[in-house]
Amino acid sequence: MWKKYAGIAVVVVILTVAAASVWVHTDEFTGEDLQRWNKEYQSVVAYGRELWVSAELGNNGVSCAQCHPNGANTHPETYPKFQQQLGKVVALRDMINWCLRNPLEGDPLELDSAEMIAIEAYLMTERKGVAIAPGKH
Amino acid sequence: MSSRSTISRRRFLKAAGMAAGAGLLPVSSVRLSFADEKKDFTFAYISDAHIQHIRGTKFVRNWDRGLIRAVAETNLMVPEPDFVMFGGDLAQLGTKPELDHGAEMLSKLKHKTYCVMGEHDYYLDLGEHWSKLFGPQYYSFDHKGVHFVVLNSILTFDEWTHERWPSAEQRMLEMAGLDNPNGSPFMVGEKQRDWLKQDLAAVPTTTPVVVFSHSPIQKIYKGWNFWTEDAEEVQALLKPYASATVLYGHVHQIQYNQIGNIAFQSVMATAWPWPYPESYAHAEMDWPVMTVPMNRADPFFERDATGWQTVDLMKGRTGLNYTLYNNTARTVKFCTKTGRPRDVSYQDESARIPPQMHY
Repeated sequence: MWKKYAGIAVVVVILTVAAASVWVHTDEFTGEDLQRWNKEYQSVVAYGRELWVSAELGNNGVSCAQCHPNGANTHPETYPKFQQQLGKVVALRDMINWCLRNPLEGDPLELDSAEMIAIEAYLMTERKGVAIAPGKH
Repeated sequence: MSSRSTISRRRFLKAAGMAAGAGLLPVSSVRLSFADEKKDFTFAYISDAHIQHIRGTKFVRNWDRGLIRAVAETNLMVPEPDFVMFGGDLAQLGTKPELDHGAEMLSKLKHKTYCVMGEHDYYLDLGEHWSKLFGPQYYSFDHKGVHFVVLNSILTFDEWTHERWPSAEQRMLEMAGLDNPNGSPFMVGEKQRDWLKQDLAAVPTTTPVVVFSHSPIQKIYKGWNFWTEDAEEVQALLKPYASATVLYGHVHQIQYNQIGNIAFQSVMATAWPWPYPESYAHAEMDWPVMTVPMNRADPFFERDATGWQTVDLMKGRTGLNYTLYNNTARTVKFCTKTGRPRDVSYQDESARIPPQMHY
């Protein structure tokens, strides 16, 4: 059974590679591609903003934006960094979950969830243009 | 209980209160000072409690604790404040449960308490329930030679207030989001400016005037409504006065500024701190450069970067003592030599500390 699926997978991969070599040059993309990719990204940013102002993300009606308008004072460019209160180096998403559990009295998000990625995308976009500074306090 | 133990208990409480006055408690007070020292006095200033209803009898615990603590500590002040000012945003979404719960907490203050209207108190029912609890939305009073004015500075355009939103609840939510682009700039409005003009007509220009507002009566950053649309018109009415001060809430942080003869000073929130606009990378703003910022907030201490203040009035000028729960207390007072407010410890660049750097 497993071998049968593996065999099919190998065939699919070979055909895909063959097709790609004929029809697609991966180093060429158009303005339309760029627009589409940006649109995809911006839709995730918009979802992140929606979560940021939502009274439903935690359990007490408090939203992230209540303390962090436009994501300010979250300093996404400084992560990973030594979070002195936790005594270790953490990622931005660890702090997002810390806020969810504490001021929002809610449940943490899965680290690879669509919600977590959207919130990170929103915060990074609000911080666009600021030099990355991992470890900064 | 014998009379002897009653006295020693009273002495103990007084001593405890004095220790508190020495900087252990988070309070902001204002003391006004006069040539005749007997006329100097102090009042307490609590602001931005943002009492937030969850459901039933549940309220957000964190914000409740901030207000409860400020009220308890104000009641311990020695010497006692002449009165207490509450600077607005008692509620988060202006509902009866929030305003009633907040009013009940404020009712524990043993002093005469005045209130300022905040946008979070107003935009659900346009101040109706708030007015039932606290009275007029703008008024003035005199105390020991100082003329105090309270303004409702969080009004906005009639079209935004009356025509734009399908429900009162949505209108409240749109104004409650600080960074919401659907919000609308705050203003005092023509009607109140006319009233202020009449009110001040009877006040000699040598009388110190202190204005309480919720919004800053300055234009700092429009994106977060650290802004009053008709600020210049209101400032013009204060211009003839030798000593004019505007004390405001809303911004949840230490700010101070001097525009002409008018000193501006903000107060802390009891609920939560806000970032300085300069830390929002995309903000275009006109920042009062003389401000030494409060310390950056440590979220792991939920009362950090919140507090209340006592205000000393000395010779009609204000000195704000910020009582901060997890930081060293700050004092910003009017300096007659420079003619502007000045932090007594940190004003010089060389005196600043790393937590005061915001980015």
